[in-house]
Amino acid sequence: MTVPALVIYSSLYLYPALSNLRYSLTRWDGFTEPEFVGLRNFTNALTNDDLFTKVLGNNVEFSLLVVIFQTGFSLLFATMLVKNTRASVFLRTLYFFPTILSSVSVAMIWAFLYDPNFGAINVFFKFIGLDSFALNWLGSETATLRAIAFTQIWFHTGQMMVVYIAGLQQIPQELYEAAEVDGATRWQQFKAVTWPMILPTTAVVMAYTTIQSFRAFDLVYAMTQGGPNNSSNIFVTLIYLTAFNEFRFGYAAMQSIYMIAFILFLTGVQRRVLRTRY
Amino acid sequence: MFYKVSRLFALSVFTALIIIPSLVVVFGSFKSDLEIYDRPVAPPIDWTIANYQRLFRDSNIETSFMNSVMVTLSSVVLTLILASFASFGIARIVHASGKFLFALFSLGLAIPAATSIIAIFELFVRFNLTNSLPGLVLINIASTLPVSIFILTAFFKQIPNELYESASIDGASAFRLYRSIALQLSRPSMSAVAIFLFVIIWNDLLYPLLLITQQDKKTLPLSMLDYRGEYSTSFSMIFTAVMVASLPMIIMYVMMQRSFVAGLTAGAVKG
Repeated sequence: MTVPALVIYSSLYLYPALSNLRYSLTRWDGFTEPEFVGLRNFTNALTNDDLFTKVLGNNVEFSLLVVIFQTGFSLLFATMLVKNTRASVFLRTLYFFPTILSSVSVAMIWAFLYDPNFGAINVFFKFIGLDSFALNWLGSETATLRAIAFTQIWFHTGQMMVVYIAGLQQIPQELYEAAEVDGATRWQQFKAVTWPMILPTTAVVMAYTTIQSFRAFDLVYAMTQGGPNNSSNIFVTLIYLTAFNEFRFGYAAMQSIYMIAFILFLTGVQRRVLRTRY
Repeated sequence: MFYKVSRLFALSVFTALIIIPSLVVVFGSFKSDLEIYDRPVAPPIDWTIANYQRLFRDSNIETSFMNSVMVTLSSVVLTLILASFASFGIARIVHASGKFLFALFSLGLAIPAATSIIAIFELFVRFNLTNSLPGLVLINIASTLPVSIFILTAFFKQIPNELYESASIDGASAFRLYRSIALQLSRPSMSAVAIFLFVIIWNDLLYPLLLITQQDKKTLPLSMLDYRGEYSTSFSMIFTAVMVASLPMIIMYVMMQRSFVAGLTAGAVKG
């Protein structure tokens, strides 16, 4: 009974993934015959490709921002809404809501909000007198990557909050009661009970958020296509643009290999760090 | 006291961050272009459905909408059938090959599908499957099989063997065991997977962008990128398109909040 799924999966998932290895050793425009070049693509990317280095830096910054803030905010709101009161349940549903929208819709909503002249964000900053905060959010090389990271956090915090709430509700209530009897403050309770007990969930949330941040193709492509001047270009968009705008298929395949290696490295490190602490 | 005030503050800020953009879109779709730039957040002075009329008259949004419906429904149903078949098989195999198959499918979870776009494109061009909705369905199935099988296998493994054994003694075939026991018991897991697949396939941009160029084959997210260019100066039109594209998801979310939240978090955490 496994055969039909296995056939489709092998031919359209595993085979393409493995083909990357082969293509990455070639120079190929997608139309003519691929030309074997050995490991030249791999060495070129590291020694002689400013764009690749830039994108690597962008992706690191983007993922760090998203992982830190999305994990932090989702844990914060989860602890605030963990009790099953009517108001909490309503707010959970509301915060989860962006998750069901498409990245393209979210990109268009935020393109409007980020507009330098009439966007709600700059109107707000000017209204409260903070004119220097009113930036050209999606048009300046310094602000764009962060503006997209913020949108990504807005997009998925509610989803991770729900994961956290499920974890928090597993913590035995007695632990908090005991801590309270000992006169622990809220912050002390969080440090001594919540944080250690929720660490396994944090590991899951961080691993997922990391991968999610690497997969943010739809959002970045719909918001800026990696611009201006590649300042918001991350690995997934770089791979797409290298292949389908520049027709350098072999080079794009090499970039894919580096991206997979990088993700495996990061999730491996995370797993090790969170496990030893735990 | 300090906690209460900061909690209220944090919750209010995030609530505003969700509600205000939503209102901007809803109101914007009923406003004229002049008004949306003048008073972006306020409700429209004159509610008008002119944007909707213009969108349905001037654009191909009906075609894109129907394409999205067809592709999403077929992809979800076929993935569910194939994945539940495979998961049932894997869960029922006791010896090592079951473990091997499970590991093989789980491998897909570690490799983001987006990294394989070059080979997928090459493959689809070679087999003449670009600009084809069945082709799009095929790649949707392949890319969502790993996560679906991962969730369903975990569930099927929990079904006690005795149930199958007693049915087998009564002469039930393997397919009968699958249909009458596994499927019956796994309804909650199946619906969770279905919702998860529904949302990601309905919203997906990458594969349509990769494989579809013909206007009449485009799905909603892809067409919306065109509208972005076409109506670049008219956010009221763009928001009207956002409304039309999001409405099915919103209606389903409002009607089935619990299953939506459960399905999307299960799919997320395990994927």
